[in-house]
Amino acid sequence: MNGLPILSIITFAPLVAALVVLLLNNERAIKTWSVVSSFVIFLLTLWLWFAVDPKALGPGEFAFLEEYSWIPAINVFYRMGVDGLSVPLITLTGLLTFLSIFYSTYVINHRVKEYFFLFLFLEVGMFGVFTSLDYFLFYVFWEIGLVPMYFLIGIWGGPRREYAAIKFFIYTLAGSVLMLLAILGLYFSTGTFDLTALPGQELFGGNFVLKSLAFWGIFLAFAIKVPMWPFHTWLPDAHVEAPTAGSVILAGILLKLGGYGFLRILMPIFPDVFNAYWPVVAVLAVISIVYGALVAMAQWDLKKLIAYSSVNHMGYAMLGIAAAAATLNSSDPAVLDSRAIAVNGAIFQFIAHGLITGALFFLVGVIYERAHTRDLKAFGGLGAVVPKYYAFMAAATFASLGLPGLAGFVSEFMVFRGAFALIPYIAAIGVLGIVLTAAMYLWKIIQMVFLGPLNEKWKDLPDMHWWEIATLTPLVILFTLFGVYPKPILDYVNAGVVALLDLMS
Amino acid sequence: MESILNYTPLIPVFPIVAFLSIILLTRDNKRLSSTIAIVGAALAWLLSWAVFFASLGAKLAEHPYVQELAWLPTGSSIFKMSVMVDPLTAIMLVMVPFVATLIFIYSTGYHNVGKREISEEEWLRLTRSGGKEMPEAPYVEPKYSRFFAYVSLFLAGMLTLVVSGNLLLLFIAWEIMGLCSYLLIGFWFYKDSAANAAKKAFLTTRVGDVLLFMGLALLYSKTGSLNLYEILTAEKIELLKEATVTLGFMSIPALPTIALLIFGGAVGKSAQFPLHVWLPDAMEGPTPVSAMIHAATMVAAGVFLVARMLPLFEPLEGSWWLNVVALIGAFTAVFAATIAVAQNDIKRVLAYSTISQLGYMFAALGIGGFIAGVFHMLTHAFFKALLFLGSGSVIHGMEHGVHHVAHHNHGHGEHHDHPDPQDMWNMGNLRKHMPETFWTYLVGTMALAGIPIITAGFWSKDEILAEAYEIWTHEGLTQGAIPFIVWLLLTIGAVLTAFYMGRQLGLVFWGKERTEAAKHAHESPRSMTVPLMVLAIFSIGFGWINIPDNTPVLGPLTESLGIAGWLHEFLAETHIAALGEKYHGVPFVMQVAGLSSLLAIAGLVGGIWLYKGVTGDATVSAFERDPVARLFAKIPLIGKPLWRMLENKYYVDEIYSALVVRPVVAFADFLFKFDDAWIIDPIVNGVGRFGRFIADVGRLIDVYVVDGTVNLVGFMADELSAGLRRLQTGRVQNYLVILLAGVLALAGLFLS
Repeated sequence: MNGLPILSIITFAPLVAALVVLLLNNERAIKTWSVVSSFVIFLLTLWLWFAVDPKALGPGEFAFLEEYSWIPAINVFYRMGVDGLSVPLITLTGLLTFLSIFYSTYVINHRVKEYFFLFLFLEVGMFGVFTSLDYFLFYVFWEIGLVPMYFLIGIWGGPRREYAAIKFFIYTLAGSVLMLLAILGLYFSTGTFDLTALPGQELFGGNFVLKSLAFWGIFLAFAIKVPMWPFHTWLPDAHVEAPTAGSVILAGILLKLGGYGFLRILMPIFPDVFNAYWPVVAVLAVISIVYGALVAMAQWDLKKLIAYSSVNHMGYAMLGIAAAAATLNSSDPAVLDSRAIAVNGAIFQFIAHGLITGALFFLVGVIYERAHTRDLKAFGGLGAVVPKYYAFMAAATFASLGLPGLAGFVSEFMVFRGAFALIPYIAAIGVLGIVLTAAMYLWKIIQMVFLGPLNEKWKDLPDMHWWEIATLTPLVILFTLFGVYPKPILDYVNAGVVALLDLMS
Repeated sequence: MESILNYTPLIPVFPIVAFLSIILLTRDNKRLSSTIAIVGAALAWLLSWAVFFASLGAKLAEHPYVQELAWLPTGSSIFKMSVMVDPLTAIMLVMVPFVATLIFIYSTGYHNVGKREISEEEWLRLTRSGGKEMPEAPYVEPKYSRFFAYVSLFLAGMLTLVVSGNLLLLFIAWEIMGLCSYLLIGFWFYKDSAANAAKKAFLTTRVGDVLLFMGLALLYSKTGSLNLYEILTAEKIELLKEATVTLGFMSIPALPTIALLIFGGAVGKSAQFPLHVWLPDAMEGPTPVSAMIHAATMVAAGVFLVARMLPLFEPLEGSWWLNVVALIGAFTAVFAATIAVAQNDIKRVLAYSTISQLGYMFAALGIGGFIAGVFHMLTHAFFKALLFLGSGSVIHGMEHGVHHVAHHNHGHGEHHDHPDPQDMWNMGNLRKHMPETFWTYLVGTMALAGIPIITAGFWSKDEILAEAYEIWTHEGLTQGAIPFIVWLLLTIGAVLTAFYMGRQLGLVFWGKERTEAAKHAHESPRSMTVPLMVLAIFSIGFGWINIPDNTPVLGPLTESLGIAGWLHEFLAETHIAALGEKYHGVPFVMQVAGLSSLLAIAGLVGGIWLYKGVTGDATVSAFERDPVARLFAKIPLIGKPLWRMLENKYYVDEIYSALVVRPVVAFADFLFKFDDAWIIDPIVNGVGRFGRFIADVGRLIDVYVVDGTVNLVGFMADELSAGLRRLQTGRVQNYLVILLAGVLALAGLFLS
């Protein structure tokens, strides 16, 4: 609380930028302003990355803490703070939002002002979730994120945009309502919304049934967001209909809000309940892995395929979290390390998936802008005419199928390394996903689109434009760099994870 | 000496730099690109040999040279990557970059550098037709630079694998090679066959990779490390023997589980039964790639891995899971050899031969013959690279003939089909047209067949057979049942090998030209034949590094040169930290060597003799032209189907397609229906509709049961929904204003 309220500045900077958008009337000015401001915001998040030293933070400690009483009547505080868990996701949000806005300036020419306003506004919600340390505040930001996304899908989306937008909205809202009840329950039981104080408190006087009810209520909200099977069906529709940049943010950040919730809220506040119910979570995670890969394999729409592959990929992250939950009551040092590795893997998967799937959705946009179709059967042999596009797509798909040397592998390795030590029989089923995703990508994307005889229809298809290359290059560089040398990221994350896990032991 | 070892991590860096500079900078300059690749490989080769010489006498078995790099923080500990040099690494460094450099040089000629560039239009015609409408030869490969980029990365992967001291780094290199093999098998991506083969190779090996991945995850969680020099110690292996893996209600012992999972990875990468199916199809890639994959690099990786991890298999006592390795290897050796006898494509014969020879290596490792297995891997690398490059030269010559004939006939307006330049039945008498290719090919064939004394293949194969023979004669048939089976199967394999190679020589180089194209085949350029000659020298000379000192005449001779059993001396202590003792030497056994020599000569000569006089080209049915097929046809009832079964590789592909591929795809389609059309999403929508229904019911109650107050609520709901509809169709600004008001209100609350 000393010096500048850094986190508030970062969180609300996009709001200020969005308000300025409202004041501008020239489309060109709006676009330039959005790119510049989102870039500056990204630089702020990057600065935050270097300004926070997660290793200096002990269990339950946070950097740049801000705390103001907000609604004293019910003990609600405006409380923000960050640690090794949240900063990487904040920086990722800054990066993906900037790239999305940059890319959008070239493809969005319809209702420009609203679009960029909403996009910047969306960033406020995402930042807010990652920075808030008061459950009430968290909930407010959690809900704020829904609204701009609803409109982004509903206005700039594909043919079935209204159905998809409403489904997205209602589905996530339904989950949130249960979480709200659970939050109120927590409040009436402990008298606080403080996420730094709730861990370690005895809830509901030790009544396990009530604790379980609250746990499942919150679980549902997060599981829908992740999404875990069987709560995933909003995702393919939302992704397919959303505009390119909307899909990027949806997959890149919004899904991570759910995963982040598991780690920031469910695990530390309900360690015993989570430990009791871990098999359910683990089984749902493994189903998500295998089922997501198989259903993705059945797709003929490129975008829908990638949407389902997210179910698979987030399943890996959830498997890591479930494996950690399985042993929350153990204090064997070997188990402690395995647990840390599993959770590290989950968070690294958030980041890797954000970069890789973000790139994949951009690439879908690239081809759709040209061909006006995403039907995989309509392509074939494009490697002969669009070699640059082929190279980018190959890099992203191989990253996504977990090729060692690229970021996706690092998280898969850590998740399975952790899971095999803690719950080997479930992990053994999960590895099926590794083979299935490889089959799915190589067959459905690489072969159907790029290999084989060139389809006559596309012989004049133009290769990638400079701005498309500019959007994708940072992502490719990052997921390669983090795959070859993940230590910089993991030094950061590991410190946060160790602190988090120490909190529970 | 130590100071040179410090540069070991640089070895793979040269080809990586070559890869990056070609991809990013010199793509458009073909000759420069291939020069960069060759320089990168050559520098890696020079440094590798320097490291090898530095390792001589450095006592690396007991204290491997190690360099570490912190890579992953893992809770309270840290995961370190490492580079390691021990005798096994050092000897691999002799072979890998050297063979690769030769292959790179050869590739410049194979891809016709300096010849005509094809036009944009020809390129489109080529790709549109899926590779059928080829431009007039010779033309330089349009994706020439990309080829050299890929093979450079491939080499970098193999070199990383060899110098890796850490199993995760090894796995990364292993998969990078998988990627490169995918890209290279599918190099002519516009051909459907190439695209399918590439996919098949990647996915089949990935099945093995996943097993390996699980093995590593378990090994890491049990030992707390993946560094070889930390795991392969007596203490850690004791620990693994005690450890178990809990699977639900039962516990299984950790050591065999981990060892077999690792072996599973090797089975995929080294194309052993039942994961061998990808390798013959991998022939779709350019021939230098086949040499690269089948000789110097990727397939050797599986053998290398098992040799590396052999202490986990308890090689000195012989464990049941070590027997699994022996049996899979020996079975594959014979299984693949029988298929090779019935193949017609020159490269396919070699592909099955590779599978079979890799089986020899695993069989050797599987009876504890660490040195014999590694020795055969080394000699095989030289002569199989020679044979593949030689077959590439043959195909190159044949393609010239095919184009010549096509061009010649063009004026006459005759209808003609292009004969397949890879089908051996379209060849014949090529020793007249391609003498240099012929002589070198002959050397390679003799080495593979194991012609005694003068070939490297004889010495390495003999060592495997002698090792097996020694054990079973020493221990008796009950104790030594496995070595006996190995010895028997490999001896049968030896005669089959000699025979199918004799058949190939007879069909390709002897007899009469069976097509016009063969008559116009011509010798390949120097850039291709010189690497063949160098490899031929090694295919003969490399056997001298491990001649047992009790060999008549040659034993004393090599002893006086100081190289008798040199490889044995060099490698014997490799696993001493884990095993506590060194590997035993294998003496020269006259009965074994005599028998296998006789079989090799008989098979090879018999093959040439049977096939040199055949008539009938590729268009004639096998039962008319092929003497062995005719022999099969004489067996009533089962004869012809039996031959067909060999020709069709025991229908393994078909079985996998029916049992694995199609069910998985069908299941995926079913799940999607389940997800989207039948169960899950309909439930979601059903809940939605139910919600609306409840709302409607509520509305009816409102209207008919409750009074006007409630009607007012309904009215408001109507208004609200009308408002929402408006928002969605047009006036976001209005909503934004509301949103803003909300935010301001919140901010107001906050400020108060």
